[in-house]
Amino acid sequence: MRHTISVLVANEFGVLSRISGLFSGRGFNIESLSVAETLDPTVSRMTIVTRGDDKVIEQINKQLNKLINVIKVHDFIGEEHIERELALIKVTSTPESWAEILSIVDIFRAKVVDVSPRSYTIETTGDEEKIAAITELFRPFGIKEIVRTGKIAMARSPKQK
Amino acid sequence: MKKNGAHIFIECLLKEGVDTIFGFPGGAVLPVYDALFDSPLRHILVRHEQGAVHMADGYARATGRPGVVIVTSGPGATNAVTGIATAYMDSIPLVVFTGQVPTDLIGNDAFQEADIVGITRPCTKHNYLVKDKNDLQRIIKEAFYIATTGRPGPVLVDIPKDILNAQIDFKYPDKVDLPSYQPTFKGHPGQIKKAVDLILSSKRPVIYAGGGVILSNAAEELKALATKLTIPTTTTLMGLGGFPGTNPLFMGMLGMHGTYCANMAVTNTDCLIAVGARFDDRVTGKIDEFAPFARIVHIDIDPTSISKNVRVDVPIVGDVKNVLKDMLKLVQGSKGVADFKKDLKEWHDQVKNWNDTHRLSYKQDHKGKIKPQYVIEKLYEATKGDAIITTEVGQNQMWAAQFFKYDRPRTFISSGGLGTMGFGFPAAIGAQIALPDKTVIGIAGDGSLQMNIQELATAVQYRLPVKIAILNNMVLGMVRQWQEFFYNKRYSHTCISVAPDFVKLAEAYGAVGLRAKTNDEVETVIKEAMKVKDRPVLMDFKVDQFEDVYPMVPAGQPLSKMLLV
Repeated sequence: MRHTISVLVANEFGVLSRISGLFSGRGFNIESLSVAETLDPTVSRMTIVTRGDDKVIEQINKQLNKLINVIKVHDFIGEEHIERELALIKVTSTPESWAEILSIVDIFRAKVVDVSPRSYTIETTGDEEKIAAITELFRPFGIKEIVRTGKIAMARSPKQK
Repeated sequence: MKKNGAHIFIECLLKEGVDTIFGFPGGAVLPVYDALFDSPLRHILVRHEQGAVHMADGYARATGRPGVVIVTSGPGATNAVTGIATAYMDSIPLVVFTGQVPTDLIGNDAFQEADIVGITRPCTKHNYLVKDKNDLQRIIKEAFYIATTGRPGPVLVDIPKDILNAQIDFKYPDKVDLPSYQPTFKGHPGQIKKAVDLILSSKRPVIYAGGGVILSNAAEELKALATKLTIPTTTTLMGLGGFPGTNPLFMGMLGMHGTYCANMAVTNTDCLIAVGARFDDRVTGKIDEFAPFARIVHIDIDPTSISKNVRVDVPIVGDVKNVLKDMLKLVQGSKGVADFKKDLKEWHDQVKNWNDTHRLSYKQDHKGKIKPQYVIEKLYEATKGDAIITTEVGQNQMWAAQFFKYDRPRTFISSGGLGTMGFGFPAAIGAQIALPDKTVIGIAGDGSLQMNIQELATAVQYRLPVKIAILNNMVLGMVRQWQEFFYNKRYSHTCISVAPDFVKLAEAYGAVGLRAKTNDEVETVIKEAMKVKDRPVLMDFKVDQFEDVYPMVPAGQPLSKMLLV
């Protein structure tokens, strides 16, 4: 089962290697990882996407909590939340395909961020399905390169007052 | 008043109540050694940094106080790594200070530079590189706090040389501010209640106690609970001494070389009470068939230990001592206790029966060859059990665990988790330094001892009356035993008959060397050794080369499938 885990850590050197070392040392896998500062500059947030059965996920949670620099661990599983990632996709373009590419960009509310005679670079954000869908649609034109950020996630606020 | 970082460092250690540090000098820590020259802090000069860490470890295990080490950068630090990993696996509180090249040279492949924080990240509870002189005192404070609280463990502090030379105001913090480090000390009352109910409703309970009992100083509480409820008790290797070895409820150690009785009881129990133990593979054997009929209560301060290897029915996170106290209170107020105890009669009979059918035993050689187990028994008789025993790793370790009875905690000191050959002798030195009036005996194999034999010089230098009993079989015995059982007696590279004459070696270092070649010489040698009070004694017991450790559960087999004598 895939889990998206948000980890608040002290913003100090070496913390990333403590976390990645924990995963590699204990044979847990990381599908994606993104890190950035939070509102509080002494604290960073890591969003880790990982996979494992209940026992493995329990250990991941506990082992993360055990690290001295880890402030909080939150697993989004079973909870209303928003997941996003950003992708930059460089698509081969020809005069014949320009219009079609632009219409896909339009449908997906993506953006063209760089143009050259032979390629368009498209920026898109969304959840995994959306990125997968747009990638599939571009594939017939020829994808030269794709760069993805890895997932970030946030819990949805309660809808009732 | 400003002082240099090295003096501040020593002031901080004194504030922490440190009386002894183990170390070896070098370029990066010269400022510390200069400050040590006229400080009240006692420094034990070792001959190899690995020895320093094992000594500090032995000191910590014997006293419960953190062991403190200082070594230089680069090779000094890397030599310490095995010692640190050893302490980490057994949850021993150590604070290891390493010198580092000056801050502006870090990352430049400077002389004697090693990224020791990177290297020790997976084998320390936490580690630090002091990058700013103003952080030095806070970090030292935190290091001691982290090492000694919660599940204890080694903490490494890497201090660049320029920080040791920098001028700093001495202002040691009173307390630490670590919001992200909050160990759970008190057990959850609801869980404790559930555990007591489960125990009192069981018919075949077993207590399985580990090193956590000793680390948490909970031996009294454990004994009180076990005797109050008359529950048969076994311990792990690390738990030896955590429950009195001569108590009638004690079944001996469990696991790969555990007793028949303990392994059968654990296999048949309907309620296993795990106290400060972590279900190590050497304890459980084949995990799917471990305690198959049991509901399991697991008390541990480290949540990651719980449900890591086996599923647990009633987990209790907390300090073992606190949790046992709370359980005792509940038990004392419970009306069910009398009935519970009455119903245990059948179970006690069964346990006694297992105990009587296959006791730990060995066969004396009719030609007078020394049996290693006999040496351990004679050491027990000579000391009446009032000694601190350290061990190396392998057969010597298992025989020391099986044939000596440990009535008090902190009297059996052994590398359980990492299984570090070369641990026992320096650990014995550390224990002897901590407790100069105690009889300290290092039980060794001829293989293990040679891994840190250089520390004989340290023991002689400080006139330590530490006793080393070598069970000298001229082979790497445990590996040889596995080759005998599982590799068709192909004794590949386990013969180490080319070895020093240990008696002459001892004498060369200025220690006393004694030798026993036959059974009837064993007692005389031990008696002679006990008389020596001002220097180390090496006893070379030439033992039967082909003696094996029994019982044995072959790796991957269930505990009930023991090879017996």
